[in-house]
Amino acid sequence: MIRVEDLKVTFSPGTVMETRALQGLSTEIAAGEFVTVIGSNGAGKSTLLNCLTGEVPPTSGRIVIDGTDVTSWPSPRRAALAARVFQDPLAGTCEGLTIEENLALAASRGSRRGLGKALTLARRDEFRDKIARLGLNLENRLGDRMGLLSGGQRQAVSLVMATLRPTKILLLDEHTAALDPRMQNFVLELTRDLVEAEKLTTLMVTHSMRQALSLGSRSLMLHEGQVVLDVSGEERARLQVGDLMALFTKVRGEELDSDSLLLS
Amino acid sequence: MNLVSFLGAIEIGFVFALVALGVYLSFRILNFPDLTVDGSFPLGAAVAATLIIDGVDPYLATGLAIVAGMLAGLVTAILNLRFGILHLLASILTMIALYSVNLRIMGRPNLALITEPTVLTPFEGLGISGLYLKPLFGAVVIAVVALLLGWFLITEYGLGMRATGANPRMARAQGIATAKVTATGMALSNGLVALGGALFAQMNGFADITIGTGTIVVGLAAVIAGEAIFRVRGVVMAVAACIFGSIVYRLAIAFALNADYLGLTSADLNLVTAVLVALALILPGARNPFKALLARRNGVNGGGGGA
Repeated sequence: MIRVEDLKVTFSPGTVMETRALQGLSTEIAAGEFVTVIGSNGAGKSTLLNCLTGEVPPTSGRIVIDGTDVTSWPSPRRAALAARVFQDPLAGTCEGLTIEENLALAASRGSRRGLGKALTLARRDEFRDKIARLGLNLENRLGDRMGLLSGGQRQAVSLVMATLRPTKILLLDEHTAALDPRMQNFVLELTRDLVEAEKLTTLMVTHSMRQALSLGSRSLMLHEGQVVLDVSGEERARLQVGDLMALFTKVRGEELDSDSLLLS
Repeated sequence: MNLVSFLGAIEIGFVFALVALGVYLSFRILNFPDLTVDGSFPLGAAVAATLIIDGVDPYLATGLAIVAGMLAGLVTAILNLRFGILHLLASILTMIALYSVNLRIMGRPNLALITEPTVLTPFEGLGISGLYLKPLFGAVVIAVVALLLGWFLITEYGLGMRATGANPRMARAQGIATAKVTATGMALSNGLVALGGALFAQMNGFADITIGTGTIVVGLAAVIAGEAIFRVRGVVMAVAACIFGSIVYRLAIAFALNADYLGLTSADLNLVTAVLVALALILPGARNPFKALLARRNGVNGGGGGA
């Protein structure tokens, strides 16, 4: 279970560049829940993810994962609890390393790295097996450099990497945004299958309203660093993309209204 | 080129192969342009020579020289990682500081080791001619070091180090403490370079404050030459390529200096090296520089007459 308490993040405090990315965000995510997160640019979606992985230290507030306060843990330590797939296919893998070397890196996520061989026979078998399930014919190309793969193939491998070892939380940061529509669907299906098979607690940031409603069991809408909508169950099932759009523009509209008040 | 200068080139090639491996580790694996080596090479020589003259066992002295080099690498790493000084500048600061440190260690700019015991002494009674002993010893040392380094780079920790240099954000997301790993790599790199310095002093019979000048360029030249010749794929091959690159580079230099019609003297060494390295860097990806030049000319002439 993940509990986020009154999380605040301010970038460049006290300067003209001051940005209050998160303004007292609180939420609780139960184990096994698949939460989709939407919001406009600057709503704080990425900052929330970066706080969960430890890449951005919160200005105040607490992050508790499975009863352990991890707020002060640096990101390498956090990696044992959180696996992440980045938006940019280049960011989540090492293009100069081979597919199997990338997988070996992920296979040791959260455990001590010693002077044992990184690519053992047992691991190679495991990797071939997991990659074969993608159905992308990559299982015979494990020794190829990652840089030779297409963006979609790399995201698929990234997903396998993220789910290779048990993780408390899977963080997906618009991981299909950089892909063509066909590959987007493939990666989304893969995401759904992997999350269901491993019963992973998942937080998926997306720009697509359709994705936000069709995947997962709960949706959060962020605006100005706070949760403005939190729907699940029946209520969510009844929600259409149009309703969400309406809510979305309403939230943004109010902001415009307050601006026009200021200007009048 | 006669046998003596040929074997001399091989011998010095092996010594600088250690430098090349150190430079490969910092520049290529960690993506950390490290000029500390210009200071840690003479540091290794200074520590080994001073200790040997003080009566310390040459092997122990060489070991301590490695430790000194590792500390120098750590200083650069800490300046960069802990205090945020740009890596290039951090390494220059350490390099400059080491000049004074080396002078302090040696007490004067030059130490002679001709009459002292060295790491080679135990093998001198084996009946191998002195001419062959040094290159042979160098070959054995570099073979052992290369095996260890090659192995290290395919271990879990070594793979983590390669990821740290290639994509630090991804490495952290996989739970790799990139700062610690970088510091370890920098220590290893400069330890190797200091070992090179310590062996250089013992094989040549002296340690001098100026022997470090241009170490980084010579190391880079070997790395680039190796990569160019061997079309490197995989780290183990890359390690081997560094060593061959170092030998080839030394042979090329020896050849150039021995070829009277070129009119080059040893004074031109640094210029020639710098020009070679610059050319190799100007022509990125161009394995064969002449091919690249030709392709360009063809392009200018309207692209006619390919192949």
